[in-house]
Amino acid sequence: MSERLSVFKTYKLFVGGKFPRSESGRVYEVTDSKGNWLANAPLSSRKDGRDAVVAARKAFSAWSGATAYNRGQILYRVAEMLEGRRDQFVAEVADAEGLSKAKAAAQVDAAIDRWVWYAGWTDKIAQIAGGTNPVAGPFFNVSSPEPTGVVAVVAPQASSFLGLVSVIAPVIAAGNTVVVVASEKAPLPALSLGEVLATSDVPGGVVNILSGRAAEIMPSLAAHQDVNAIDLAGAGAELATELEAAAADNLKRVLRPQAVDWVAAPGTGRLMAFLETKTVWHPTGSLGAGGSSY
Amino acid sequence: MASLFEYAPAPESRAVVDIAPSYGLFIDGEFREASDGRVFKTVSPSTEEVLSEVAQATEADVDAAVKAARKAFETWSALPGSERAKYLFRIARIIQERSRELAVLETLDNGKPIKETRDADLPLVAAHFFYYAGWADKLEHAGFGPNPRPLGVAGQVIPWNFPLLMLAWKIAPALAAGNTVVLKPAETTPLSALFFADICRQAGLPKGVVNILTGDGSTGAALVAHEGIAKVAFTGSTAVGKAIARTVAGTDKKLTLELGGKGANIVFDDAPIDQAVEGIVHGIFFNQGQVCCAGSRLLVQESIQDELLDALKRRMSTLRVGDPLDKNTDVGAINSAEQLARITELADSGTAEGAERWAPACELPSSGYWFAPTLFTNVTQAHRIAREEIFGPVLSVLTFRTPAEAVAKANNSQYGLSAGIWTEKGSRMLAVASKLRAGVVWANTFNKFDPTSPFGGYKESGFGREGGRHGLEAYLDV
Repeated sequence: MSERLSVFKTYKLFVGGKFPRSESGRVYEVTDSKGNWLANAPLSSRKDGRDAVVAARKAFSAWSGATAYNRGQILYRVAEMLEGRRDQFVAEVADAEGLSKAKAAAQVDAAIDRWVWYAGWTDKIAQIAGGTNPVAGPFFNVSSPEPTGVVAVVAPQASSFLGLVSVIAPVIAAGNTVVVVASEKAPLPALSLGEVLATSDVPGGVVNILSGRAAEIMPSLAAHQDVNAIDLAGAGAELATELEAAAADNLKRVLRPQAVDWVAAPGTGRLMAFLETKTVWHPTGSLGAGGSSY
Repeated sequence: MASLFEYAPAPESRAVVDIAPSYGLFIDGEFREASDGRVFKTVSPSTEEVLSEVAQATEADVDAAVKAARKAFETWSALPGSERAKYLFRIARIIQERSRELAVLETLDNGKPIKETRDADLPLVAAHFFYYAGWADKLEHAGFGPNPRPLGVAGQVIPWNFPLLMLAWKIAPALAAGNTVVLKPAETTPLSALFFADICRQAGLPKGVVNILTGDGSTGAALVAHEGIAKVAFTGSTAVGKAIARTVAGTDKKLTLELGGKGANIVFDDAPIDQAVEGIVHGIFFNQGQVCCAGSRLLVQESIQDELLDALKRRMSTLRVGDPLDKNTDVGAINSAEQLARITELADSGTAEGAERWAPACELPSSGYWFAPTLFTNVTQAHRIAREEIFGPVLSVLTFRTPAEAVAKANNSQYGLSAGIWTEKGSRMLAVASKLRAGVVWANTFNKFDPTSPFGGYKESGFGREGGRHGLEAYLDV
């Protein structure tokens, strides 16, 4: 009996909750660490990037307006869905990063737990980043964090999955929507993550995943007037400088690339990077004399 | 008025819940009989039907439970926070999955309307576990220093008015912070805590982390007095709270108390009347008024008294009192014969002391414990019904002329748990709120609860906060 011939998956982008091919019709060859062919991934164009921004903007109002509790439930749902597809991601990460099964499994487990970590943050960010301010006058004064808006992200290049999750989750936990350009060499785990997000109650457009060359896609996103912030986690020094300069045109918030150990427990830096602080004043009036203080 | 709307019966099915004829104590991950084999019955307050028999925990049982919790504490507190978080997330999810079953169970054992258990109690229970699950691996971010430590075994005693919700308020933060617990549910509402033990089993929670002891006041007294307890958390009457405070005096036990209240619901002349009436009704008739933060004193500005009371009486006439399992029921049964007697006695004192009593025409079921929604006018601050917590569907109406007078009257109480303010003027609302000696102030709303929002009292309503970031502090060595 001959061995059964497997069915290959066509890897596609994840934009607006749908799975389009690149509008350019282009693909590029993705190989494992030994150079063996794994798949053809879409080679996204600048137009794909702009389409993704439109989807992210469209999703922003409802996502940022959802209760923090609701967002937390949805992020936790992502962890639940990932747990069920753990084996698939272990295989993909092992291929993508040239890791042993055990090491790839550790990456995937950490990525699942990272969704849980950020699920717990959605309704706590305001409690550590906001608060009342004791202004010297008869005013009630309260500061609250609000999401910045649409965030374009260059995913880490080496850590194809844990690194990716570690940059997406904090952005959407805070109520932003995201356009992420996956690791150029190892985009397959990212494209598969789209399939998980699509079945995790994450509204379409909240996360948009592109594969291709960051150097091609990102300059137009960094200059895009409807993008509010960029995370340059996976950009090289030269590209990062170029993108940061382009971002200045509408004063995007910029998170510069840093050396990050993606396995280590994250702090709150990536959550805080894409928040605005809104302070509201209101007079407290006066009751005049009287009123018991018992 | 009531006859305007004839409703067909719409009972929620009991078939969703399977109550065993008897339950043991949940100690070290297993159910066992009380050491002396004693049991007591729990009844449905709406029918007086016996629902089940539960064990009466003895001092020896308390000791066994505390020892089990102490042993479990070593491993539980040493787990990474992220692992404790995942256990709590599991519990939150299983509660969500089983919420209809638990809502029906709670309505049967407590007597409150299914509308409330289904739409308020159970969603809040799950949300509470969800919220504190997220704190378990973020304790160093909570503002209590870089490495906050758990206390040890928490002894927790909870009331019968929100059995499962009070369990969640107690257990979720305790476990998140790394403590283990011995919890005693109220004598008249033990069942949902015992079902929670089964949820711990489904979640794979390590044995001994949660122990449930059913029993009466003597069990609770033995628990808070046990020397293996590092923390006592109590929700219930002010009298028992004071007794507990005396018991723990001179020990290292950390104490939080959430006790009685006599909440003032203040309505100013510019308030939106219809919304205020809804808020007043919700404030005092939610859960038959058996709520520590109930808005049991209505303070209405003199100029709108007649208009407001007319509207309030009209609204009260449409309240549907009866079968708690009916989805249209607004007001269910009083939790026990003892509580009914207390409400009756206090309401009678209102009449005797000269207040004017009014209740809508309302047919009460022939079996079970029932009290019609009741309103007293011409109430003075000296009346017992203005000073004492009735813990029933009885509203005392007082009037005021100026905001300062409203504040003075609102604060004229041994309690300080909750208050309500109804006005369209934001600056007046904030000025009044800042003067009120109460732990929770609702403006243009009432009886709102959320796991992220701290809850607790001033004065003799107790101390410590449950909920929110503040709620963690009660379970951490800070």
